[in-house]
Amino acid sequence: MSHVANSKGRGGFIAGFLILPLALYLTFVIWPYIQTFGYSFTNWTGQSPTFDFVGLDNYSALLKDEVFRGALLHNLLLLVFVPTVTILISLFFAFMLNAGGRSGAGGVQGVAGSALYKVIYFFPQVLSLAILAVLFGAVYRSDEGGLLNGFLSKLGLVDPAHPIEWLNQPNFVLWCLLLVVVWHGVGFYLVLFSAAMQSVPKDIYEAALLDGAGRAQTFFKVTLPLLWDSVQTSAVYLGIAAMDMFVLVSTMTSGQFGGGPDHHSEVMATVLMRNFLYFGKAGYACAMGVVMLVLTLILSAITLRATRREHVEF
Amino acid sequence: MGSTSAHGENSNGEGLGRRDLIKRSAALGLIAVPTMSFLSACASGSDDTTKGNESKVAVTKENPFGVAKGSKLDVVVFKGGYGDDYAKAWEAAFDKKWGTTSSHLSTQEITSKLQPRFNGGNPPDVVDDSGAQQIKLDVLVKGGQAADLTAVLDAPSLDDPSKKVRDTLIPAAIEGGMIGGKFVALQYVYTVWGLWYSGKLFKEKGWTPPKTWPEFVEICKKAKEAGIGGLAHQGKYPYYINVAIMDLIAKKGGLDAMKAIDNLEPNAFADNPVALEAVEAIYDIVEKDLLMPGTNGLTHTESQTQWNQYKAAFITSGSWLENEQLKQTPEDFDMQFLPMPVLPGSKLPFEAIRAGAGEPFIVPEKAANKAGGLEFLRSMLSREWSTLFAQQANSLTVLKDGVDPSVKLRPGTQSAVAALKAAGDNTFNYRYADWYSEMGTEIENASNELMAKRIQPKEWIKRAQAAVDKATKDPNAKNNKRS
Repeated sequence: MSHVANSKGRGGFIAGFLILPLALYLTFVIWPYIQTFGYSFTNWTGQSPTFDFVGLDNYSALLKDEVFRGALLHNLLLLVFVPTVTILISLFFAFMLNAGGRSGAGGVQGVAGSALYKVIYFFPQVLSLAILAVLFGAVYRSDEGGLLNGFLSKLGLVDPAHPIEWLNQPNFVLWCLLLVVVWHGVGFYLVLFSAAMQSVPKDIYEAALLDGAGRAQTFFKVTLPLLWDSVQTSAVYLGIAAMDMFVLVSTMTSGQFGGGPDHHSEVMATVLMRNFLYFGKAGYACAMGVVMLVLTLILSAITLRATRREHVEF
Repeated sequence: MGSTSAHGENSNGEGLGRRDLIKRSAALGLIAVPTMSFLSACASGSDDTTKGNESKVAVTKENPFGVAKGSKLDVVVFKGGYGDDYAKAWEAAFDKKWGTTSSHLSTQEITSKLQPRFNGGNPPDVVDDSGAQQIKLDVLVKGGQAADLTAVLDAPSLDDPSKKVRDTLIPAAIEGGMIGGKFVALQYVYTVWGLWYSGKLFKEKGWTPPKTWPEFVEICKKAKEAGIGGLAHQGKYPYYINVAIMDLIAKKGGLDAMKAIDNLEPNAFADNPVALEAVEAIYDIVEKDLLMPGTNGLTHTESQTQWNQYKAAFITSGSWLENEQLKQTPEDFDMQFLPMPVLPGSKLPFEAIRAGAGEPFIVPEKAANKAGGLEFLRSMLSREWSTLFAQQANSLTVLKDGVDPSVKLRPGTQSAVAALKAAGDNTFNYRYADWYSEMGTEIENASNELMAKRIQPKEWIKRAQAAVDKATKDPNAKNNKRS
């Protein structure tokens, strides 16, 4: 058998492996996107296979839809805060766990008990979002039975006859939800950053220590630059999570598929679902889906580009 | 539990020979006049059944829709306040009578489970389309997915074949199932809405159930002095407080005020002093701080459970409340129903209540066993099945006197029956939430803001009217009119 024939055969062999997954991917991932795009030009109700083509009507209605615009604004707000807060907190903890401790002999290690802390920090990640929603529902409960209200009223900070209705406060509700996402995310990104930090050669730290660098200097001059790739990836992931938020908002806040009080916690996904399943405006909802897809793609591209830096080799 | 009282047949359940059929057809001629209409009605209906893989079955008086023996029946029920034991008992009875095999699915996620099936053209045969995630009926009808159930109304009643099913029902049952001019939903459960209180608490405190709004406010004040809340509502779902607001409007302004809203009139809320007065009355409770603390942010179960623990005097709800709270209610709680107290100068008396049929059962237009689905609905309207329901779900059905007198009802259901009797013809029921889901949601949002003291009654009126004006652009606005 000639060498050429052999390599050709191998090519076919590999292609054979790729065709099936590719076909599956096209059928179950790409095709629904295309379908959604198509439906977004119709007045499909979602409950019947018949519909009319309405052109760009859905998109022009979307521009005027105050509820959707408000939801978009909330998503953008979350997009700024979810990644920033989560990454800052988890970087800080990861640094303390891995390089924050000081031992007499100049070795680099985490604070005492860091192995245990890592396990504990990872706990929230184990819980599903649905469980979190129930858990924090009990924390934010609007009467004295709620953890926060019960605690604050024991301290005398809250009048038991007028407890704080956390999730029913237009100004609080979004921040209450933000806290849940951050609480959930910190553990995972902490472990991720820890792993990245452990791959940084110890001698770099030791050299920095010998030169008399303090904790802050070690962090900003050594750890952060060497971790940049991980931080960048985390920002994209957290950004996508901030564009979604459906599970938490829909279960924790008031209204059909959440979004209450009075649209103050609305995110694009909740508006979409309400229109899709409750108001029977599936075509309109598909237009929202397309907008969400495009925005998410743009944001990922921007994040990756804006955070591009020189790689540090070690 | 007594769920197996499925003594299935009404003396005609055995197989039907050809000769028998002819004999009976002759007998049929005697009562042909009242039954002609159903025969013609199902002539068009039975065409559809042949589309499935079943063979065409002769339509007889006993089998008005042509159910094929040994066919399959696919039943989906909403497992909410009424549970699903009743449905299992029904399916067993149905299978026994018709030799069918029923498949049973009970779920709270009606929409997500069924939407793909409706779109794919293979819906179930019977759907209890209820709960927070119901597929809105207006949406189903718009899509041509719900079968016209008029044939069921015109079929002979199982209890008394000389009567049509239609004549054995309370009027609200038929009115409540009309959408876009067609009878598409069998609203099976007879529900009353209003306030609820604990007979025990009231006896202990020496309070008399209020009949007028000032008396109601007075008791709320006394409750507050006693260290408990006056009115509780299910804040996370503003649907419930809308019951109070809308009932006050209907009672003060009479049926015309209610119809103005359902018919989307330009002055349904705006420039309507009645509506403003009703909203102000509710807001007065908020302003005087007579709500149960925290009630604005609680879910229905949280709120109702607090009320069951004597943390509030009143709560708004429908008559499913008793069954929903069965486990949380103390043994001696003595749950009692109270019609909405009246504002001064109300057109309707205190006894008037919002009463209507709820829990819509539908047969999908494209059901594989449409005949089976229709027959299932007809069986539901027999006394036997109705009694099964009352026993298992602690609620009344739309069948007139549909509960065997030997069945003992719980106190809440009993008080609801008494209130219905006292109301007589003075019942009313809104339709806008079924007809225009977007408008209903927007009014609910406004009510949520009102209860949280973030908007004033005038602003509520403005927002509610805006929702009405928006709904006039709905294509359904042409078909949905009540007179």
